[in-house]
Amino acid sequence: MSFSSDDIARLARLARIRLDAVETNDVREKLDAIFSLIDALQAIDTAGVAPMAHAQDVMLPLRDDIVTREDCRARFQAQAPEVADGLYIVPRVVE
Amino acid sequence: MRFEIVIGLETHAQLSTSSKIFSSASTAFGAPPNTQASAVDIALPGVLPVLNRGAVERAIRFGLAVGGTINRRSVFARKNYFYPDLPKGYQISQYETPVVSGGSVTIVTDTGEKSVRLVRAHLEEDAGKSVHEGLPPELGDVSGIDLNRAGMPLLEIVTEPDMRSAAEAIAYAKTLHALVTWIGICDGDMQEGNFRCDANVSVRRPGEPLGTRCEIKNLNSFRFLAQAIEYEARRQIELIEDGGRVEQETRLYDPDRDETRSMRSKEDAQDYRYFPDPDLPTLVIDDAWIARVRDAMPELPDALRARLVQAYGLTPYDAEQLTLSRALVDYYEAVTQALEARDAAAYKLAANWVLGEFSAARNRADVAIEHAKVSPRALAGLLRRIADHTISGKIAKDVFDTMWSGEGSGDDAADAIIERRGLRQISDTSAIEALVNDVLAKNAAMVEEYRAGKDKAVNALVGQVMKASKGKANPTQVNEILRRVLASGK
Repeated sequence: MSFSSDDIARLARLARIRLDAVETNDVREKLDAIFSLIDALQAIDTAGVAPMAHAQDVMLPLRDDIVTREDCRARFQAQAPEVADGLYIVPRVVE
Repeated sequence: MRFEIVIGLETHAQLSTSSKIFSSASTAFGAPPNTQASAVDIALPGVLPVLNRGAVERAIRFGLAVGGTINRRSVFARKNYFYPDLPKGYQISQYETPVVSGGSVTIVTDTGEKSVRLVRAHLEEDAGKSVHEGLPPELGDVSGIDLNRAGMPLLEIVTEPDMRSAAEAIAYAKTLHALVTWIGICDGDMQEGNFRCDANVSVRRPGEPLGTRCEIKNLNSFRFLAQAIEYEARRQIELIEDGGRVEQETRLYDPDRDETRSMRSKEDAQDYRYFPDPDLPTLVIDDAWIARVRDAMPELPDALRARLVQAYGLTPYDAEQLTLSRALVDYYEAVTQALEARDAAAYKLAANWVLGEFSAARNRADVAIEHAKVSPRALAGLLRRIADHTISGKIAKDVFDTMWSGEGSGDDAADAIIERRGLRQISDTSAIEALVNDVLAKNAAMVEEYRAGKDKAVNALVGQVMKASKGKANPTQVNEILRRVLASGK
């Protein structure tokens, strides 16, 4: 698989990162290399093999449904750039 | 040629756990902003999510209730998008292998019973909330972020596109709402957003493949769900009839204007780049856990509906209405227990009253069934007096209202009110004859009309007699006696 500049521009936009022409080229080459590895994996016949979601086959630990966290708002908001009325303030977002 | 509407629903049911799905912060509603947002919920670097056993247990309960498959292994995935109320930059959800696959929900509408197939139900976390109003004006053009809702446990329940009308979609949403509250996995408060639906709507001419669908977001009342579907179907049909094409997009329903409008432009078409969350290994559910959950399940609405139809001779529709809430069925069964007559007519009368006068009064007063002003035994006492013709159904409604307003309490409240107000029905033949003769004498013109062949004049005369008796005469007897007297040509 080889990526076009448009593909890279779209991925960059989805990831909210800005790339100049040189960087775009660099990223494209790296992604092409990564996808050639994936192509090699795709070529393997995996019929009848259960998909593997994680490299380690460990069980997900579970937590009992108990509230133990106290209110940490003051501590957390001490680090926030801007807060008002207990809210984190961000540039306006409207759908 | 007519169009067919095709609807699939995605419902987010907030699970009734005490703590969040991946953190031990509280899920209580209405706390001051950000006071229930832990380090995990606000996504501080280095924190790790730990799954809440209670959320999984509720998902299993749901899967069993709808006859779905509980997947012994399921996987959490990251759904990537950027929005200020999602500080991690991704939502933890499930993608390829959800906790529940398949299952179905049986709905009842005017046109009969129908099974709506489920695709899946998966666990995920909610995002935070953006606040745009009521902020200090000196801050300028900003939004406020409250992360109390971030990490709330959700079960997203997805149907196949099996519904064909707004009525079917409503029936499904109500039945699902009844089910999740019934099995105790969600408190179902729609105003607090604990049960919200997204509708996928498309139209096609019957027999054609599925049309392009639009997704309408966040419908948090049954009424808006119906209105949004009807508006959207109309919009799509008009578009096609005018030679246009439906674009796949996400739309938002505006109840104030009763219309849907586009939410995201096409170039922003969502590409969530799902991948398994490396922070969360595979969720494994063993048979023993499923067995424990199954053993603790209450009798399900479907089974109970069948029992109501069988044991009480109720119609499937009445049974469906009663099983919309566990408390309502319990109330109904308590009424039937207190009745003397154990026959289909008595059971039907009880169902009519519980679903009619009782539910209407309860809705007006906006009180929980447990706190209703008329107890099941008191209502049974009233029904007994209708059944034995002590009072008519019409007078009974007045007695019921009097009982509800608190006058006369206890199991024999109805009898006390009937006696005190002298509401006993007049069934004494000679008393009714006297009333009839009196009315005939005063309404010679109507009698003439009847004699001239206008049979309907009888109804007016019956009305006059009922009025003269202050509603207390037995209407059946009045009718008989009136016709007999008129026929005798007196």
